[in-house]
Amino acid sequence: MENENVKKIMHVMRHAPHGTIYSYEGLEMILIMAAYEQDLSVVFIGDGIYSLKKNQDTAGIGIKGFAKTFMALDGYDVEKLYVDRVSLEERGLSENDLVVDVEVLDSAEIGALMNEQDVIIHH
Amino acid sequence: MKIGILLKEGPYNHQAADTAYKFAEAAIRKGHTVDAVFLYNDGVTNVTKMMDPPQDDRNIAVRWDQLHKEHGVEILACIAASKRRGICDEVLIEGGEITGLGTLTDIAIRNDRLLTFGD
Repeated sequence: MENENVKKIMHVMRHAPHGTIYSYEGLEMILIMAAYEQDLSVVFIGDGIYSLKKNQDTAGIGIKGFAKTFMALDGYDVEKLYVDRVSLEERGLSENDLVVDVEVLDSAEIGALMNEQDVIIHH
Repeated sequence: MKIGILLKEGPYNHQAADTAYKFAEAAIRKGHTVDAVFLYNDGVTNVTKMMDPPQDDRNIAVRWDQLHKEHGVEILACIAASKRRGICDEVLIEGGEITGLGTLTDIAIRNDRLLTFGD
């Protein structure tokens, strides 16, 4: 990624999928940015991890679920998906509970990745 | 330094709109260029001219309008977020513009820094 026209842009998902719109509109932003051929990555931290939880049923709250849309990221060439190990363990979850393949990293490794970015946008 | 700002919160309810404005003001005063303020999530409600707070309070929409007129800072509201929240050209301040997320991508690419304000 030495091409200086390509920026490293990281999206940080920190909110649960429902309760606020941050996660959903964050995903909308990622899908648009994916069309601009930048070096995109997405990291899930804290309650942000719940956005990827399998078997969500949103019928009771009358709001469209969007966990499946994260599965489409691969088709947009957004393949760098990272999950914070501590956040996952704190919530009693494992990689098998998530709808997409992710790379589970320690907090320090995520910090190092953040350090490499040109742009970080939190959601 | 060339700076882009992303503001994710509406006015008054959250201090982010004030902090972002204060930051822009201070950066300009220090000789930096503030290229654009991009409004996302509830942030799009910062630019409705229907805003009419009590006289002794700051008018946040007017403040953004002045930042555009006095310093050429683009004040941009995301169209998808705006449509959800009833922000359209009819209620938009003069100095504001409704645009797409592609513009935010350009702002992220062309500036030295993109600063995000909000939860």
